[in-house]
Amino acid sequence: MYPELGQIALILALLLAVLLSVVPLVGSVTGRDQLQAFARPLSAGLFVFVALAFGILTHAFVTDDFSVAYVANNSNSMLPWYYKFSAVWGGHEGSLLLWVLMLVGWTLAVAVFSRRLPAVMVSQVLAVLGMVTVGFLLFTIITSNPFDRTLPNVPADGADLNPLLQDFGLIVHPPMLYMGYVGFSVAFAFAIAALINGKLDAAWARWSRPWTTVAWAFLSLGIALGSWWAYYELGWGGWWFWDPVENASLLPWLSGTALMHSLAVTEKRGVFKSWTVLLAIVTFSLSLLGTFLVRSGVLTSVHAFASDPDRGTFLLVLLAITIISSLTLYAFRAPVVHVRSRYGSLSREIFLLLNNVLLVAATLLVLVGTLYPLVLDYLDMGRLSIGEPFFNLTFSPLGIAAGLLLGAGIFSRWKKTDGGWLGRKLLWPLAISMLATASVMLAYGTFMPWAFAGVFAAIWVSVATFWDIWDKSGSKKGRLHGLKRQSRSYYGMVLGHLGLAITMAGATVASNYGIERDVRMSPGDTASVGDYQVTFTEIGNRRGKNFTAEYGRFEITNDNGRVVSTLYPEKRQYMVQRNTMTEAGIDAGLFRDVFVAIGERVSDDAWAIRVQYKPLVRWLWLGSLFMAAGGFLAISDRRYRIRDKAPESYPSPVPQGSDTRRPDPAGAAS
Amino acid sequence: MHPIRKKRLTIVLFLLAGVSVAVALTTYALRQNINLFYDPSQIAQGEAPVDVRIRAGGMVEEGSVLRDPESLKVEFKVTDFTSSVLVEYTGILPDLFAEGQGVVAMGRMDGNGRFVADQVLAKHDENYMPPEVNEALEKAAGKRASMPGVQDEAAASY
Repeated sequence: MYPELGQIALILALLLAVLLSVVPLVGSVTGRDQLQAFARPLSAGLFVFVALAFGILTHAFVTDDFSVAYVANNSNSMLPWYYKFSAVWGGHEGSLLLWVLMLVGWTLAVAVFSRRLPAVMVSQVLAVLGMVTVGFLLFTIITSNPFDRTLPNVPADGADLNPLLQDFGLIVHPPMLYMGYVGFSVAFAFAIAALINGKLDAAWARWSRPWTTVAWAFLSLGIALGSWWAYYELGWGGWWFWDPVENASLLPWLSGTALMHSLAVTEKRGVFKSWTVLLAIVTFSLSLLGTFLVRSGVLTSVHAFASDPDRGTFLLVLLAITIISSLTLYAFRAPVVHVRSRYGSLSREIFLLLNNVLLVAATLLVLVGTLYPLVLDYLDMGRLSIGEPFFNLTFSPLGIAAGLLLGAGIFSRWKKTDGGWLGRKLLWPLAISMLATASVMLAYGTFMPWAFAGVFAAIWVSVATFWDIWDKSGSKKGRLHGLKRQSRSYYGMVLGHLGLAITMAGATVASNYGIERDVRMSPGDTASVGDYQVTFTEIGNRRGKNFTAEYGRFEITNDNGRVVSTLYPEKRQYMVQRNTMTEAGIDAGLFRDVFVAIGERVSDDAWAIRVQYKPLVRWLWLGSLFMAAGGFLAISDRRYRIRDKAPESYPSPVPQGSDTRRPDPAGAAS
Repeated sequence: MHPIRKKRLTIVLFLLAGVSVAVALTTYALRQNINLFYDPSQIAQGEAPVDVRIRAGGMVEEGSVLRDPESLKVEFKVTDFTSSVLVEYTGILPDLFAEGQGVVAMGRMDGNGRFVADQVLAKHDENYMPPEVNEALEKAAGKRASMPGVQDEAAASY
């Protein structure tokens, strides 16, 4: 009974989404306020029905209703309750429903937090979000209905959730990632609305900024969680494999980062407008591309749940419609470039432009590396794969260049920066960073050019960031007062940049100074890794709720012979799917991890054991936390709570004769 | 030159420089890191280049897995049921590696028809068949079917 209600809720949601994408838009074009007034209630109704459908699906999982095919395929009565809950998005249909739920959640958030925006803008933004929702709801209902029944042959028990996904990481990773992916739809909707309206001005950029930043922060968290999960769950000790599915999430992150920075320039200086709009379109398209790659079955990985060709085709069509229609609109409506010479060739604008060039180049590299094998395969020109070295070789220099540029860019000024002044300014930070990097190299014992460059870039960014705080916080009323005077968005930026530096340091050191060994060990044997001795003391068996496991006991001793920790890595046999899973034993620390995983049994009394020493590997995820925290801090800035300010630069509805092609007044005045 | 033109030129030059560096890096890196896939039949016919990093895949032949008693070295045959190739690997095999399962290995051919793997992949799901392997099996089965008198046991089991 309930599943049918869920189905009906989805269909009603689709109807509301259709109304939302038409009525307010018509109202905004014809200037009829009563039609525009529908936008907010429709958004709220849409959210209610999708949330209802999601709630019903969750209910089916928690109550083990195996008459629902999706539940039967992805759950089991033996599954612990919290995994039954997270299994809702453990398969294709449910994760798509989660995606739609996030989308309507974002839509509702825009409806609620846009009281100060002109009605025209609100109606158009919500209408565009409504269109995206229509696409995804159609996709859900037509190709991936989570409420399909197994009647009349209801299975006695479910096929279980893939053991790899029975983990805390899975509970949180997809929702975070989706929040990011879907969040960029808001930036996209603002861009499209601005194009329809012909109002690409500082106000538009200011409205888009917080939404973009939040989406970016969620995406950063989602990617970091995915990497952390892969590290401890796959039993390989790797944290990034340049797997197409990982790349799919990195692509919108890279272009989203570019978008955040270009929005800042558009808001502060009123330039780069067309570029910013294009980036917003590209970023959302890359989010859609990611969904297509992951969900269509063109890729095979733990994320590709189904390879139903209909789904792939549907998503591809959706992607094509989005890209073609938005680019067409862009071609007709993007403002003609009227940029006066308002910034010098050495200015913050230029630094941010270069930042964008690097980020876009990185996006393209990852895109090429990801799509090239797929395209060749599709054209029947051979099967090939592009290995990790390709990405490491091309991505690292871009990352390092971005870091070096960032350190210098922090000190640059808007409009014009004096070259000599900047050079003198950079001298001390440069010297300090050099010395610090050299001492890090000495501490790790070996000099490696790439490691030096990566660590230097990370330290350089941090030194420049702190130097800038010192400069800015100077005040007659004392340092503390000066520090307090800085805005939250400034501290958000600081956290974001420090986070980048921490992640860079972690990635560089972990990949250059990590030690990975595969050894054959019997109980009693000792293997050394880095400064640690790993002793295999015993092997045993234990029983979990839905698995049996063979576990090993390993003692980790340091140079002084003191036991620092005891690890119990496991090899699990899940009862329902008969899958074997490796659970690594990890002694985590701020400066190093010791990682032990059991491989296969190679003889009666010997096992293949993977022992790894991973310096600074935690910094990778710590840095991402900093970045995300920076994003959230930045949007809590006072200037986004515009209550105490007059409404934005133009009244609503649009006054007559607002020519779309005219350069904006602010630009003409300066 | 007019200052605006000059600035635009600078920007365009910057962009061009960035793009060309990216393109140069990409093509260079691509050329180094493309790994082509070969199935056991192609390797048996000597189509696979020697000492170039390639991928090979097929089913692990039943009863072919042989372990070295002293180290982590292991040998096994990968077959498409027409030809098979001997694979040598030192290290930890993935959880789902088993006789009769599909695998993909990365590595190089030594001169003597052995494939020295540095990486062996078996995917997350027991029902999963790497698409390359699937294709190779179908191709081999198709070849056998066109030869009269050859009974196709292997193909029948799929």
